[in-house]
Amino acid sequence: MRKFNTQEGVVIPLDRANVDTDYIIPKQFLKSIKRTGFGVNLFDEHRYLDRGEPDTDNSQRPVNPDFVLNQLRYQNATILLARENFGCGSSREHAPWALDDYGIRVIIAPSFADIFFNNCFKNGLLPIVLNKDIVSKLFDAVEANVGYTLAVNLPAQTITTVDGEVIPFTVDEYKKHGLLNGLDEIGVTLQDAQTIENFEADWREKSPWYFSSGAESSGG
Amino acid sequence: MAGQTLYDKIWESHLIKQVEGDTALIYIDRQLIHEVTSPQAFEGLRLAGRKPWRADANLATPDHNIPTTSQERRMGLEGIKDPVSRIQVQTLDDNCKEFGIFELGMNDPRQGIVHVIGPEQGATLPGMTIVCGDSHTSTHGALGTLSHGIGTSEVEHVLATQCLLQKKMKNMLVRVNGQLQEGVTAKDIVLAIIGKIGTAGGTGYTIEFGGEAIKALSVEGRMTVCNMAIEAGARAGLIAVDETTLDYLKGRPFAPAGEMWNRAVQVWLQLVSDDDAIFDQVVEMSAGDIEPQVTWGTSPEMVAPVSGRIPYPAAEKDPGKRGNMEQALKYMGLEAGMEIKDIHLDCIFIGSCTNSRIEDLREAAKVVAGKKVADEIELAMVVPGSGLVKAQAEAEGLDQVFKAAGLQWREPGCSMCLAMNADQLGPGKHCASTSNRNFEGRQGFRGRTHLVSPAMAAAAAIAGHFVDVRQSSQD
Ligand code: SF4
Repeated sequence: MRKFNTQEGVVIPLDRANVDTDYIIPKQFLKSIKRTGFGVNLFDEHRYLDRGEPDTDNSQRPVNPDFVLNQLRYQNATILLARENFGCGSSREHAPWALDDYGIRVIIAPSFADIFFNNCFKNGLLPIVLNKDIVSKLFDAVEANVGYTLAVNLPAQTITTVDGEVIPFTVDEYKKHGLLNGLDEIGVTLQDAQTIENFEADWREKSPWYFSSGAESSGG
Repeated sequence: MAGQTLYDKIWESHLIKQVEGDTALIYIDRQLIHEVTSPQAFEGLRLAGRKPWRADANLATPDHNIPTTSQERRMGLEGIKDPVSRIQVQTLDDNCKEFGIFELGMNDPRQGIVHVIGPEQGATLPGMTIVCGDSHTSTHGALGTLSHGIGTSEVEHVLATQCLLQKKMKNMLVRVNGQLQEGVTAKDIVLAIIGKIGTAGGTGYTIEFGGEAIKALSVEGRMTVCNMAIEAGARAGLIAVDETTLDYLKGRPFAPAGEMWNRAVQVWLQLVSDDDAIFDQVVEMSAGDIEPQVTWGTSPEMVAPVSGRIPYPAAEKDPGKRGNMEQALKYMGLEAGMEIKDIHLDCIFIGSCTNSRIEDLREAAKVVAGKKVADEIELAMVVPGSGLVKAQAEAEGLDQVFKAAGLQWREPGCSMCLAMNADQLGPGKHCASTSNRNFEGRQGFRGRTHLVSPAMAAAAAIAGHFVDVRQSSQD
């Protein structure tokens, strides 16, 4: 996994609560068996005026000039500013894949949906929860200043504004460690293979009914 | 020491070790797999040269992408017109073969929506931890399991290690006291709960559903409730094990039999929250007050009783919520203050992992029997949740009842619940749907979804607009 340490970049605001995973990446794009290439379809139904399909040439599609992604001032943004309950809905990891592929590295919101929040860390993205009022202030600042940037520092757990104001944030220790080192989580877990095997043997002894294969008993 | 909740008990029995901070490593008993969220996980295994830790803990089936007309289904993979979808279904077949995973393939008579076939096969057993790359995995909690929806990286992690890294959630109890009125169903209970606590109300919690009204539900009804726990923000929902649970499971293919069954039952009957267990939050509801529910907006919390009206955004104090309501009304093409019964429909969808089981179909059939779908309805379809549900319904003649009334009878799959296959709701069209999400574009580009129970969808099919199913029989 890609490491995350610090990120300084342009902030793009998405002023809407309960942005769900269908909003982030509509389902017709989930048919891909790859992990990449979703960036051009990030927020597809809002970014373009027509309906896109996986094989559509996106450069030919009519764009929605009112949508933030299409506004010049937010080009090359790497930090997404959002409202409550961002990423609700499905568990599809295509949502963080699309954000990542587009170039977003940090998402700041007052709250996130649990599964989406988790999925971000697995993909080198940093979701940051900040108090609602601070988020609102950031929305105002982004609105007022073209090219507004923030500097996010994961080791220090701080966000610094251009005026030098420092906003601290919290992050789970395990997740922080994983991001900073770009760890292969499966590899790390497999270092405990012996512990898992011992647990499993014990569990099999206690609850053998979870270990019988219905595939055999049903003749399938 | 205070007692334990059901969630605490299952968590503790599966806890391998505390990792760092709040994160723990827990053992996973069962993984369900479908075609959409698994290809990248299998690819990850291949790239790292890894094998499944315990292949027989997995059960796979294609459901999201597959066609639901019988002509297309008979053609097998070739019947999937969209080449991208076809590749995804083919990839699942190939991966299951390569990694030795049991799959109920597209035309296996037992194929169906993952959350329907898990319990149906008895692959969902009380006290298990279950995961699937699908947020509605919460469904399985109806049988006293701890079931999480997970992302694709986690699917790969579970395949490779049989474990999940997970943070312990807080405990919430939603207690539904008293008895439901006639004509009010499990779907109405869960929509009313979401209306009350909101779509983020359960975030950070595991929700246990309890109380008389929940106990009185069948296992299928309980699945409908747990299915939508995620719509209240909770990754997992669960319900205590009782005789109803055991009766449902006995004799199912993956369930233990004979002496093993007797031993298991002794353990399973302890899968209840202790009387003195402490919940971080308790929500009380009165079942008798719940009316049939209809969503009017683009979030499941935007819901009203059928006798009610669409609320006025102006009356909402929270400016964020007010904005959402205005946006939703604009998208839905509806006016504040309008009566729910005046919402006219173009389409009826009875199906999805929320409401496509045999009891759901029986309820819907009862309402449409001997009647005709209203002329204004362009498309009304019934999509059973699995091949076995379909066969059972046909044995009872329900398919004939639906067809005679003018509803289409389809092959099992996710279908118009999320419209990844060809079953799509047209732009601007209103659909009474028994599914679980009414997000913008969920059932089709610019489509407008109203979530309801199967009986309410059936009654709306006949009337062409919403009606109170408790009175519709007298119409
Ligand atoms: S029926 Fe709908 S909600 Fe259920 S698994 Fe399929 S797509 Fe997801």
